Amino acid sequence: MRLADTSVWQMSPGPDADVVVSSRVRLARNIAGFPFVNRATHPQRHEIVRVVQHARFPAEWVAGIVWVNLQQATSLDRTLLVERHLISKQFADGDAPRAVAISSDESLSLMVNEEDHLRIQVLLPGSRLADCYASVAKLDETLEQNLDFAYAQRWGYLTACPTNVGCGIRFSVMLHLPGLKLTNEIEKVRHAAKDLHLAVRGFYGEGSEAIGDFYQVSNQITLGRSEADLHEMFARIVVPQLVDYERSARGVLLQNNPSLVDDRVHRALGILRSARLLSADEAMKFLSRVRLGVCLGRITDVDLQTVNRLFLQIQPAHLRVTIPALEGDPELKELRATMVRRALGGR
Amino acid sequence: MGRAVDDPPTSLAGIPSMHCDHCDKPAVVHELVIKNGTTVEVHLCEEHASEHGYQLPSQQQPVAELLTQFAVVGPMGGPSGMGQKGPKTPKVVKSCPSCGMVFTAIRQSGLLGCAECYTTFETELSGLIEHAQGGANFHSGRAPRNCRDAAARLELRSRLAKELDEAVAAEQYERAAKLRDRLLHLSTEVADPLG
Repeated sequence: MRLADTSVWQMSPGPDADVVVSSRVRLARNIAGFPFVNRATHPQRHEIVRVVQHARFPAEWVAGIVWVNLQQATSLDRTLLVERHLISKQFADGDAPRAVAISSDESLSLMVNEEDHLRIQVLLPGSRLADCYASVAKLDETLEQNLDFAYAQRWGYLTACPTNVGCGIRFSVMLHLPGLKLTNEIEKVRHAAKDLHLAVRGFYGEGSEAIGDFYQVSNQITLGRSEADLHEMFARIVVPQLVDYERSARGVLLQNNPSLVDDRVHRALGILRSARLLSADEAMKFLSRVRLGVCLGRITDVDLQTVNRLFLQIQPAHLRVTIPALEGDPELKELRATMVRRALGGR
Repeated sequence: MGRAVDDPPTSLAGIPSMHCDHCDKPAVVHELVIKNGTTVEVHLCEEHASEHGYQLPSQQQPVAELLTQFAVVGPMGGPSGMGQKGPKTPKVVKSCPSCGMVFTAIRQSGLLGCAECYTTFETELSGLIEHAQGGANFHSGRAPRNCRDAAARLELRSRLAKELDEAVAAEQYERAAKLRDRLLHLSTEVADPLG
């Protein structure tokens, strides 16, 4: 599978990039007249894919859209799409008819037959939830011209899981919070998030760990609040406050113990520039520290875009795509270390 | 239509022995079909159940899961094999008329079977949804285009009717006539306001 070199991790970092890695808006929709995916037969699922593939897409996306049939895709390709945050882990597994449409710049993905018939996602670098929502809303309105979505006045858009019913929308931001982690403030963030009915998840969303101090924050409530209300909450409260907290924590760390911060970030850079074997977790851990150093201006000979790109390139499927013959874990670790060393100017 | 899928009768101590409607083998699927107010019992053996498209649980089904099913579909509406005596009437299990989903299955998987399930299980779902959605129980966001148009037309009609009343009360007959024409036009334009 050929994917562009312009995924969210490789584009220019975007607003508030020191803390906000990416913004995402996801919409769940079901087509009226079909059972939900968990209850649909294989022929019905095939038909759902066919119906969506024949629906009208906004003009700007029509030309560049690539459809991937997940039943025919190799396991490597499916993992690649998960690593690029274009499909969910749940969607990658299984053998039922399902497909994903991906725009040429990879900012848009549309999963057909995930938990709901349609899962529309727009992902952009930095703090750009308003842009994400504008794109998602446009796609939703265009699709609506051909597809009749399941809707009820009381419950709104009907989804397989009642936790998505209503707007069927999830606003989420991927945040890099090493400062709050180091100052042990992350639990306070979790509690505050809970009070606002926000979910705090790991790097790959639901059920994943917070690898490399990355946290995904998203709304849990989808009913009784409009899309505009939810966006307002993120744009005016959630994102600015979390960005402020993180920046303050970084400031406190620098003020109280600059040499500790310098040692931490430069030691990480040293390891990445010298290591001959690197596991994915180890690479994520040290890259996270280097990212902190770059954002604080303590590391000046590495740019943020290079670090962001490495977070993606060190993932197992991405490495395997580089060298298809690669088999064992030791070779993977060696290749990862070599790639990171070269990218960061090591020897 | 209600559907109950049980394990083979060897493990169903306490369930009255029933034969398949199509052969002499013991029935493992017992179903109550309610159609136009008439209830019909269906009993099928493993083989005929498969032929009729029923999915049977595996032989290694966890005991807890079996108990949950019995609690719903067992005789007298309670867990079977608990020593009930006398004639036993299977309890009618409410299921979605569109996809056949029963509420216990929704509870177990957390997923509804189709859009119709929201209507079928509205009573059962209300509390659960309210709990999961921070107390909300009514949508207040975007609506599909056809619903938006219908809502807008209803709103316009009610506004025009109010203005018509005001015009008549103020003896502004010319204005009232125009408003009445617009209302009539609106009514003929859309027979079904939600359509």
